[in-house]
Amino acid sequence: MTILDVNYDSLIPNNVGLSQDRKVLKALEKWHPGYISWWNDLIPKEFQESMVYLRTAVSVDPKGWTKFDYVKMPEYRWGILLAPQKEERTIPCGEHFGEPAWQEVPGEYRNMLKRMIVIQGDTEPGSVEQQRFLGLTAPSLYDMRNLFQVNVEEGRHLWAMVYLLQKYFGKDGREEADDMLVRSSGSEEAPRMLGAFNEETPDWLSFFMFTYFTDRDGKMQLESLAQSGFDPLSRTCRFMITEEAHHMFVGETGVGRTIQATIEAMNAHGITDPYDINKVRDLGVIDLPTIQKKLNLHYSLSLDLFGQEVSTNAANAFNSGIKGRFMEQRIDDDHRLASDTYIVRTIKDSKVVAEEVPALTAINMRLRDDYVRDASGGVGRWNRMIAKAGVEFEMRLPDEAFHRQIGVFSEVNADTEGNLISLESWEQQKKNWLPTKGDGDYIQSLMKPCVKPGEYASWIAPPRMGIDNKPGDFEYVKLHMA
Amino acid sequence: MNKLLKQHVICPEVCIRCYTCEMTCPIGAIEHDDNNVVVNADICNFCMECIPVCPTGSIDEWRVVQEPYSLEAQYEWMELPEQEKFADSAEAEDKNLVDPEIEALLLEAQIGAGGKVTPPKSASKPVIALYGMETPAQVVVQGNYCLTDDPDHDVRHIIFNVGDTPIPVLEGQTIGVVPPGTDPNGKPHNARLYSVSNPRDGERPGYNNISLTVKRDEKGVCSNYLCDLNQGDVVNIIGPFGSTFLMPDDPAAHLLMICTGTGSAPMRAFTMRRQRAVVGASGGMTLFFGARSAGSLPYFGPLAKVPQSLLNQHLVYSRDETQPKQYVQDRLLDNIEAVANLLINPATYIYICGLRDMEAGVEIAMTKIASESGKNWKDLRDQMRTDGRYHVETY
Repeated sequence: MTILDVNYDSLIPNNVGLSQDRKVLKALEKWHPGYISWWNDLIPKEFQESMVYLRTAVSVDPKGWTKFDYVKMPEYRWGILLAPQKEERTIPCGEHFGEPAWQEVPGEYRNMLKRMIVIQGDTEPGSVEQQRFLGLTAPSLYDMRNLFQVNVEEGRHLWAMVYLLQKYFGKDGREEADDMLVRSSGSEEAPRMLGAFNEETPDWLSFFMFTYFTDRDGKMQLESLAQSGFDPLSRTCRFMITEEAHHMFVGETGVGRTIQATIEAMNAHGITDPYDINKVRDLGVIDLPTIQKKLNLHYSLSLDLFGQEVSTNAANAFNSGIKGRFMEQRIDDDHRLASDTYIVRTIKDSKVVAEEVPALTAINMRLRDDYVRDASGGVGRWNRMIAKAGVEFEMRLPDEAFHRQIGVFSEVNADTEGNLISLESWEQQKKNWLPTKGDGDYIQSLMKPCVKPGEYASWIAPPRMGIDNKPGDFEYVKLHMA
Repeated sequence: MNKLLKQHVICPEVCIRCYTCEMTCPIGAIEHDDNNVVVNADICNFCMECIPVCPTGSIDEWRVVQEPYSLEAQYEWMELPEQEKFADSAEAEDKNLVDPEIEALLLEAQIGAGGKVTPPKSASKPVIALYGMETPAQVVVQGNYCLTDDPDHDVRHIIFNVGDTPIPVLEGQTIGVVPPGTDPNGKPHNARLYSVSNPRDGERPGYNNISLTVKRDEKGVCSNYLCDLNQGDVVNIIGPFGSTFLMPDDPAAHLLMICTGTGSAPMRAFTMRRQRAVVGASGGMTLFFGARSAGSLPYFGPLAKVPQSLLNQHLVYSRDETQPKQYVQDRLLDNIEAVANLLINPATYIYICGLRDMEAGVEIAMTKIASESGKNWKDLRDQMRTDGRYHVETY
């Protein structure tokens, strides 16, 4: 099929009147082949040829974005879908509070807005790149399907951001869109913009931790962008959030099922000490302390994604109405924060202290606090599972000072309780807190593909419920056997 | 005892607190705190918008209650409370809300299956008894069309506009119609059950309408009432009912449908669902449809437009002057090899619907066909039924 034959109206489900928009159509026509070749080079060929039971969004109403069917991933219909325009929507925060939302880019905030869209857009292909080889070691067809669902939807989210860049930012918008396909996760010359998206996702437990912690951050960021005074960005993000939910589901249940397999195996073999690591590992499951270490790693990486605790950039974005707070419309204040303050933890004289700062500059911190509360919910659920099985162990979120690369805590070393410690002590103890090479090797040794319908790897329990009401032994992926 | 209510709840153990349902609910019936996402029973109107968007399935939970769980109570939940047992009800399932008489009618209709019936594994989860005798839904007649060209066989296709009332029916489910007036003893009439003949997204996709296939029975209170309805008339309906005679969502499933007369209603719904939902290749469908003649076969015209590739049709006539007399069982035997292959295929789902008379003949034919591949029909049938692949509704 040559590019001239592509009927974009049928190829790209959209509700933005694409067929009438010559300018954007032309830009997309140029961008699309690069995207397809990026995708084709990325995912191993046998999976490109396989039939995957995927959900495709064809419209934004609840019934339109839950269409399930078998598709080959390169033929997935990446759509451009914006949540319906709310009539008379007003800017929800900052100095323009209450003014009509912008339908076009406000000139004075053009660069700030563009940068925000580029950063958000850059994370989407980044995660697909990180997860590209996981299909080869999927613990079941169900999990493989979930991985690919996450991948194609992150791909769609890239489209969503690229559409905004091409539609509203002219030539440099198009250049930014092209650069999204040039940068690549972990690359020396052109890495992805945010650190967490250059880390490896070497195994499935990492994938689940990533989709639990990092996609939950992604959801919070999208929630804040959904509050943007720039209406097309708000509408785009509102629809993206609905898809992001599935990714968090994959993460929360993935970690939960891993824990479940461990405690079931321990109980079946009468092992009561969760720290008897070798005995537990002999059962072909991942011991709870190692799961905790993975949690420590991914949680601390995801906290870095919130940026500096006190940030004038974030203040400007809020004040100009480009980015709101989590659930802005539910917060009961003046939405301007001209004179409010917010408590931020920081380092003074080698001690952690609480400091009151202008609320406007603590926007990132506030979002991070909301995130921490939200992220602890799932941990509570995992602990309930462990308690129910009668095993004495509790998963915990480490302190926010632990293992940080960005923000005030990046200057110091802290244990998981948040006590500041010397570099020497950190070097000595970090093997107890973060996954070691040995831990990684052990987890890697379990990563053997299970590709018969209804078959699950030893280290993970089957799901309680399948996708789209299907049973766990449904053939979620019809593998292409070359 | 107070009237029982159906309450929409969310399973806190399965929910991942993504709040997608909360954002989707058009009337703000869903809210959350740090622990749980909960549904306000005072606001929820069962519109079902939140069901498909949930990534976990935790949203699809219901409890029959006397007193709805408050928001505060739901926020405290670590897991869903057990369905409460009520003193005057033997079973504490959805059936609580199903009138025992309706339950009896359904069981009676499915007796030909020969044992406890299970739904297809991949079937969507049905909603049951949203509207009962005390709180029927009111629907408006949108059209009433005669389907047959045979004065002795007046079969109607009746379309109801349900407006804003959410009536989530799946193909194969039935609804009850309550005829107005009273019986000779001065009691209100009982409801009569009819299979819906439209797929889940409406007679026309996106339109909130449902359709029934009704044959006029000279002495039938309800069938005469329905067949005489005019556009604009308001009708009380209850339901939906039925949790087993449902179609598999798996596009690879093959549906073998055997029916007579108005037993074609669910088959029509299945076929339309396949046409709308399955884009690529499907496992296919085979229809054996018996009537007296082409003139008395409901949907004769529309059936001609369904491609054979989707639906392999066998229309069988018992009083056609141009052909020797044939019943569905005769035609099954004419195709003994093809049907035998279907019977041993694990992707085959059998649906039988129509007059009770047909059952015995079909059983005999099936016994012969099964023995063709060395199988005992009764064993095969019982296995299929346990697997959710054998369904009968006759009257």
